Amino acid sequence: MRLILLSCLAALGLTAVAPLAAEEPVRFSRDIKPILAGKCFACHGPDEAERQGDLRLDTQAGALESGVIEPGKADESELIARVLSRDPDMQMPPADSKKPGLTPAEVDLLKRWINAGAKYDAHWSYAPPSRPEVPPVDEARKEWPANEIDRFILAAQQARNLSPAPDADKRTLIRRLSLDLTGLPPTPEEVEAFVQDTSADAYEKLVDRLLRSPHHGERMAMFWLDLVRFADTGGYHSDNHRDISPYRDWVIEAFNRNMPFDQFTVEQLAGDLLPMPTNDQKIASGYNRLLMTTEEGGAQAKEYIAKYQADRVRNVSSVWLGATLGCAECHNHKFDPYTTKDFYSMAAFFADIQEKAVGRQDQVNVPSSRQQAELAQINARLAELRGKLEAPSAEIDAAQAKWEETAIAELAAARGEWRPQKPLEVASAGGQTLAVQDDLSVLASGANPAKDTYTVTLPAELERITALRLEALTHPSLANKGLSRANGNFVLTELTVALVSADGGEEKPLMIKSVEADFSQPNYPVAQAIDGNKQSGWAVAGHEKPADHQLVALLAEPVAGAAGAKLVVRLAHDSQFPQHNIGRFRLSLSSAEKPGLTSPSGIPVDVGLALETAAEKRSPEQQATIRRYYRSIAPQLADVRKEIADAEAQAKSLEEASRTLISMSGSPRMVRILPRGNWLDETGEVVEPAIPAFLGKLNVEGRRATRLDLAEWLVAKDNPLVARVFVNRLWKLMYGRGLARNMEDYGTQGSYPTHLELLDWLALEFQASGWDVRHMLKLMVMSHTYRQSSAASRETLAADPTNDWFTRQDRFRLDGEFVRDNALAISGLLSRRLGGPSVKPYQPAGHWQFLNFPRREYVHDQGENLYRRGLYTYWQRTFLNPSLVAFDVPSREECTNERPRSNTPLQALVLLNDPTYVEAARAFAARIIREGGSEPAARIAFAFRTATSRAPTEREVELLTALLEKHRAEYAADPAQAAEVLKNGDGAPPEGIDSVELAAWTSVARVILNLHEVVTRS
Amino acid sequence: MNSSLYYVPGHPLTRRAFLGRSATGIGAAALASALSGFATPARAASETNTWRGVVQPLHFAPKAKRVIFMTMAGGMSHLETFDYKPKLAEMHGQPMPESLTKGQPIAQLQGAKLTCFAPQHPFKRYGESGQQMTELLPKLGEVADELCIINSLKTEAINHDPAHTFMNTGTTISGRPAMGSWLLYGLGCEADNLPGFVVLTSNGKYGQGQPIASRQWHSGFLPGEFQGVHFRSQGEPVYYVTRPRGVSASQQEDVIRAVEGLNRQRNEAVDDPEIATRIAQYEMAFKMQTSVPELVDFRQEPAHVLEMYGTKGGDGTFAANCLLARRLAERGVRFIQLYHRDWDHHGGVKDQIKGTCGEVDQAAAALIKDLKQRDMLKDTLLVFATEFGRTPMAQGNGRDHHIKGFSCWLAGGGIKGGITYGATDDLGYNAVTDVVHVHDLHATMLYLLGVDHERLTYRFQGRDFRLTDVSGEVVKPILA
Repeated sequence: MRLILLSCLAALGLTAVAPLAAEEPVRFSRDIKPILAGKCFACHGPDEAERQGDLRLDTQAGALESGVIEPGKADESELIARVLSRDPDMQMPPADSKKPGLTPAEVDLLKRWINAGAKYDAHWSYAPPSRPEVPPVDEARKEWPANEIDRFILAAQQARNLSPAPDADKRTLIRRLSLDLTGLPPTPEEVEAFVQDTSADAYEKLVDRLLRSPHHGERMAMFWLDLVRFADTGGYHSDNHRDISPYRDWVIEAFNRNMPFDQFTVEQLAGDLLPMPTNDQKIASGYNRLLMTTEEGGAQAKEYIAKYQADRVRNVSSVWLGATLGCAECHNHKFDPYTTKDFYSMAAFFADIQEKAVGRQDQVNVPSSRQQAELAQINARLAELRGKLEAPSAEIDAAQAKWEETAIAELAAARGEWRPQKPLEVASAGGQTLAVQDDLSVLASGANPAKDTYTVTLPAELERITALRLEALTHPSLANKGLSRANGNFVLTELTVALVSADGGEEKPLMIKSVEADFSQPNYPVAQAIDGNKQSGWAVAGHEKPADHQLVALLAEPVAGAAGAKLVVRLAHDSQFPQHNIGRFRLSLSSAEKPGLTSPSGIPVDVGLALETAAEKRSPEQQATIRRYYRSIAPQLADVRKEIADAEAQAKSLEEASRTLISMSGSPRMVRILPRGNWLDETGEVVEPAIPAFLGKLNVEGRRATRLDLAEWLVAKDNPLVARVFVNRLWKLMYGRGLARNMEDYGTQGSYPTHLELLDWLALEFQASGWDVRHMLKLMVMSHTYRQSSAASRETLAADPTNDWFTRQDRFRLDGEFVRDNALAISGLLSRRLGGPSVKPYQPAGHWQFLNFPRREYVHDQGENLYRRGLYTYWQRTFLNPSLVAFDVPSREECTNERPRSNTPLQALVLLNDPTYVEAARAFAARIIREGGSEPAARIAFAFRTATSRAPTEREVELLTALLEKHRAEYAADPAQAAEVLKNGDGAPPEGIDSVELAAWTSVARVILNLHEVVTRS
Repeated sequence: MNSSLYYVPGHPLTRRAFLGRSATGIGAAALASALSGFATPARAASETNTWRGVVQPLHFAPKAKRVIFMTMAGGMSHLETFDYKPKLAEMHGQPMPESLTKGQPIAQLQGAKLTCFAPQHPFKRYGESGQQMTELLPKLGEVADELCIINSLKTEAINHDPAHTFMNTGTTISGRPAMGSWLLYGLGCEADNLPGFVVLTSNGKYGQGQPIASRQWHSGFLPGEFQGVHFRSQGEPVYYVTRPRGVSASQQEDVIRAVEGLNRQRNEAVDDPEIATRIAQYEMAFKMQTSVPELVDFRQEPAHVLEMYGTKGGDGTFAANCLLARRLAERGVRFIQLYHRDWDHHGGVKDQIKGTCGEVDQAAAALIKDLKQRDMLKDTLLVFATEFGRTPMAQGNGRDHHIKGFSCWLAGGGIKGGITYGATDDLGYNAVTDVVHVHDLHATMLYLLGVDHERLTYRFQGRDFRLTDVSGEVVKPILA
């Protein structure tokens, strides 16, 4: 009960500093400052605006000048009298502050401190660490310490009459290490190999193997992505997609290459500002673009610029400095020496980043070095394949000659109906450049007016003209590779035709009898193109499905053409939708009585024109055109073309995957202090980039400081915070809690480290090692402190209930992504592919129904992408996959320093019913049946070893056997139900296994995947 | 962070209770009976655990036990609903006085000419109290004497997403707990088979359906137990509550009982309180698989009740959600929030607001009447609010977003009915009399539930955070 109570108190933030041993000297920053900060600083602290009675207690000078403290004489100090007083006019804190009075223990500490001279010391995290002496080892325990970590931990334990727990057994150790270092469980084979390996360095070999695993980078990236708020969408309002996965892959790669943390820092904050930055460094600078952005119509640019700059200050200060600088947006920090000027000066570092305050951010193609290498390979292969396609071949030439004959005949038949016309003149009222192409189509470029009317003059030389055909044609240069430069769609509001006779003179309008089209968008029927109404028109949904479409207009009366006569065709685009002008089109005429809609020949127009030219009259270009076309259809070359298409598709998806957001530097915006954070107030002082004043000054010799200067200051040797903050984060990953418990705040309201000397030693070791992350992790996991059992004796529980002194390892539920990865790994379904665009696993239907602008439907991926690790899940900030959310996975709208570890009924529902887990259970069942031997007991043992790394107890086997038999009997009686079990999830059910047997074992597998032990690291 | 919503210090359920159960529950000797025992529907009451909240005892005598918060999402025009402005009608078409608008935040009307736009529908007086409301809300008019209309509300964010975040969490910065989460954290939950904070959503046919982020009901830095659970009106009512295909109810129970049994066995070996919590959570999950379908089964509702709300249930309408809200309230859910996403009337406000009012009028009034006839109105606080109001200025024939003055109403537990509190200026621009800030609304809501808003805090990033941030005053004159 006690433990439960204490852990709940910890969760509620109610635990005080670890109790002080009676003989230990009182330290201001550890023991006194938290009391004063909690009860006094709000009115007697750093914020001048709020200060009462001209008294400040946060500095020694302030406290002593005021005379409320008499050093050495607690009983004569007014401070003590005030906190003890019950007189409403005297008592501190005053009643109206609603702060509870000091506890007797707190008063006692204050007295001891004053009696010892009331000495202030610097806040621990603001003074640079000094390398502490490593404590000597006690003779009785000299076998225990594996390295310096253990010596610090042991010394602190012994000072409190505590002792460490023994090492955990080897099965627990390999499971713990695998989960901590890769986020994946060990396979039973790995467990057995480790258990059997009795060599002295068996453990170290295991550690090295896991640190070198590519999954180590994934595990570490997951931790980092929470901090920097990595997500696939913008976060505000419409929460639209942005390409950013290359940044995530860069982080994975950086950890897998063990990139030094100083470089890791510099490249993210300022990779783009490095001399001749590589693409990888530019991708890293995507860090500055991870914040939430808006596209909401009506959002005010200035307001969002203010939001963005504050967001960046909060993030950079939280991630690297462990500081709550965000509190200083509206007023000086209430507890720490950060000022509003510090806040806005920090913001000014980022004022050079080019971005849209409101609207879709510009993404660019920046292939990473890995992608570049892959792309080069593909391109080399493509060149080779294209060579094959072009290579001389008598055989193919002969086939071509044969084909030409049939093609010409085909064309002649088709031509009877339509003759494409090369325009004599093309004009755009809106100033677009309209250029006639080789295939006689007209392509628009240049100016992009909201509305436009094209005037196209065609030769009217056919003897008899009965109809006009307009083809709207897609082109890569158009939006969405579609039909216009708006969104790929157009609205043709009016089509008119007029005749100008050979002798010139007035245009004579021609009546159009009827129009038809191969396709019309709902509410935009083709008849609206000739209805005389400027608002209505013909459209073809080119924004949704870009494809060629055509319209045929039948003239009321056939027209007799003549040499020199002209047809003037006008295409008007006057709809309410801007820029919905046809981007590419071709006009043809016909003499047929009732010409059809589609050309019966699939031969492109330019090829057709070349073919129709007599062979001996063909120009070399025309010959080449025909040859090229034939080789694109020749059956002999089908295999080569297939390979080319595959390679091109690969190159294309690589190219798409290389689109990302990076930092692009430009002339910096002016940054002002916003009084009370009010972005409408432009009276504040203009500030330049600067680090928080109390931490020093950048040496930039009169030039404006940059993000690069900021990054270099962060990882400079004398920065007191960065190394401490980061090693404390690593410590938490490996031990379940930090040496400084509070991961969000290293300032005065944070928690004083339980082992400050160890933290400082680690911070300096980190710097001295060249910011070697893997070195630090290895130091930690090699320690016996890490290897301790997580079980604790009742005595230990009583003496160290919240494990402040690391008298045992911690037990905790796996992070949400790892809960998923774990189930998939156990089942054998897990895809171990690294990186790439984010993936869409199963998600309940309708989860995205409240997204709008545009509406979106979640369509889960197919095949391998359903079984990727959780960290690759598509991170829709406003509606993250609920299967992850149930396990406290954050939406990453803000920096997440620490995830809660809740234990809820929704988690039970996910593990019981989410198709991800049901399908995993079924796949696991198939594995159990195939790999677990033939007897139920052996199979259950196999299942347990796979899922928990240990053998089951007899009672466990009995219980599961009973369940198996009951369900087997039930499914045997109702085989249709058993067949239904196979329909959970998309994966094909395994072949060769009886469905009744599989369904019954699926029940067993579901039980195992739901066990507390399976989702727990201990 | 090992706290749990359903497993609380001080509760009679102890680890020993679990150990004791495991000794007699699934033992080797009685395996067969243990397995048949899997199917026993009800476990001992000691395995139901509900969070009782951190505010113990309550700071004040509570007037309300639960809240039904109706969010008219999109920005309900105060000028066409509760704030009668004849002067604005007189000034129709004339320029809006620059003294009001200069330097003020503005959304889509940035850079546009600002002209007065008359209220588009007549108002009338309702009830004995003679409350003035639009003619578009006749059914609410029938309960006008229960309503306390506030016409002087103010907020701080002018775009939908941040404005909702502000209304729900007291700040525009993401990552803070929603008000429902605060209440659940502070007061706990009375239901032992349903979550304590439930969110219901509906769409309309008239305004733009502005997106709503799930952050609006997230627990932010509070433990995940306190997040709102979205009950959906179509499909599965709660995510993952439906058992897998091919698994019968009794088989599902077998699986759950086996998980519990094995977890108990494991706990004997490792003695971990988290396992005890895990077992309790599986129990709750098991109950929800029955309680949730029962909850959304409207067949038990008599015809006259369905008629009063204007729904047959299960149709995803605001009316169905109002009825569901009553059923949730009856079952002890602490905070029930309804979103109706149909109030963003940038253009054509005259026709659109008529339509949207028609979607909510009857059901909101029915909810009041129904609670009253069940004697639950006295301890249920109803709030009918929106993220912001709309400009007195025209945006074409619609209105833009407006944050300087708008309306809401409260009713039920501890609220003085039949009064109108606060006022905007003659043109409905600035709240000028008895201004009620969103923080004040929160403070008042907490007060009615017995909580001092300054004393419901949570330590995060070195600071004691609260729903009302650093301000908020209880609006005493509206209290009964």
